[in-house]
Amino acid sequence: MRTDSSTTVEAISAGKAFTVEVSAIVNGTPAHLHVDPRVTLLDALREHLHLTGSKKGCDHGQCGACTVLVDGRRVLSCLTLAATAGGKHVTTIEGLAEGSELHPMQQAFIDHDAFQCGYCTSGQIMSAIALLGEDCGPEDDDVRERMSGNICRCGAYPGIVAAVQAARGHR
Amino acid sequence: MQPFQFFTAADEAAAIDAAARAKFLAGGTTLVDLMKLHVERPPALVDINPLPLTAVTELADGGVRVGAMVRNSDMAGHELICDRYPMLSEAILAGASPQVRNMATAGGNLLQRTRCYYFRDTALPCNRREPGSGCGAIDGNNRIHAVLGGSEHCIATHPSDMCVALAALDAVVRVHGRRGERAVRVADFHLLPGDHPEREHTLESDELIVAVDIPAVPFAVRSTYVKVRDRASYAFALASAAVALDLHDGTIRQARVALGGIATKPWRAHEAEEVLTDGRAGAVLYRAAAEAALRGAVPRKHNAFKIELAKRTLVRALSRVGGLA
Repeated sequence: MRTDSSTTVEAISAGKAFTVEVSAIVNGTPAHLHVDPRVTLLDALREHLHLTGSKKGCDHGQCGACTVLVDGRRVLSCLTLAATAGGKHVTTIEGLAEGSELHPMQQAFIDHDAFQCGYCTSGQIMSAIALLGEDCGPEDDDVRERMSGNICRCGAYPGIVAAVQAARGHR
Repeated sequence: MQPFQFFTAADEAAAIDAAARAKFLAGGTTLVDLMKLHVERPPALVDINPLPLTAVTELADGGVRVGAMVRNSDMAGHELICDRYPMLSEAILAGASPQVRNMATAGGNLLQRTRCYYFRDTALPCNRREPGSGCGAIDGNNRIHAVLGGSEHCIATHPSDMCVALAALDAVVRVHGRRGERAVRVADFHLLPGDHPEREHTLESDELIVAVDIPAVPFAVRSTYVKVRDRASYAFALASAAVALDLHDGTIRQARVALGGIATKPWRAHEAEEVLTDGRAGAVLYRAAAEAALRGAVPRKHNAFKIELAKRTLVRALSRVGGLA
């Protein structure tokens, strides 16, 4: 609910805005939601739009499994309220492939054995794609630093670093 | 999360008007996390993300103004910050992860809450969260806690890296409220816990942070931020140091020193600066400055290691900027 100075306080007093309307573009498609403001972007994607590729790991911004792109930048969907996504472009793992052709980063993860159980993988790939557009140094350690917000409990880190380096032509 | 009302602020005035009855939502990286833990239970949120507080501009005196809604990643990567205040850019990049830095804002970073385990767990006592309930940390698990600035009621560390650099640079927080505009030095913005650890800062309930002004500090082009933590990345500081030196022929004419991870607020180390001023750059002087900075430190059962760690962290930062003569 968008309010000016006179109406916000009145609206609080009147007990309004315990639900919100949100219209966003998710993977290129308009999505309209009518949700409780407690719903995070992650839950909106998974439970309301049935895009279950983004994963709930810690739900507290510590693991990165929920990473998605909002207006092209990587963010944690578990700490983003869906109510704030109005008018934004959201990209999830489901929005990467062109038909049956995988995104080069998806292919690189397969080629370099960059996962075991796969639970963290969609977050890893979304982070890795964002990294390509960021100021990241050339070394493996630079990649490790830039990928430090994505935890892999299987310990597939050597493969993840190799995949990122390959996808950006550093190997 | 407890149910809450959600509003989007059309403008600054609307946000300020609602402030006393709601919490501002900026990046959400602290607030949403703590709402899930029931540590924060606001009845209403006012989303201030649409407010046009996103500019980084040069001030007439050579300083830089950073809008409150500038994301940490944009601040760290901005040419004016990188060129004039390397320690500030380094401090921000040493904090959190790229995803969090894309979300977190300058204003929100100033208001970051402590990572003390007792504060974050509503089943445990914490004077900061629940005044009068006691401090779980003082006689509990206090490995990550403060050795400077604590009281018998609270020894929680301030978690921010950015604020440590801002303290060293004497930055000023610009605030708008119903009674108009005011400016608060970062040094006066955060409060020591004392008898009232629940009072963390001097912001009034109807006030909105609109910008942070960083004054011109020409010698800060020679500055750095060193952070020591339990893992290589994505962890809060056990000890950190922001250092800028005005060096001339091996003599330090001016120094700025602030410490993080060891104190209840971003810790400006004036005592260290006094030791460094007019001294010959080198290991002996750096160690003397570090001793001075930690002179008042109070160790607890598990965090005594932080005193020596902080000294060595400061010596490392000074060596990096001033060299080892």
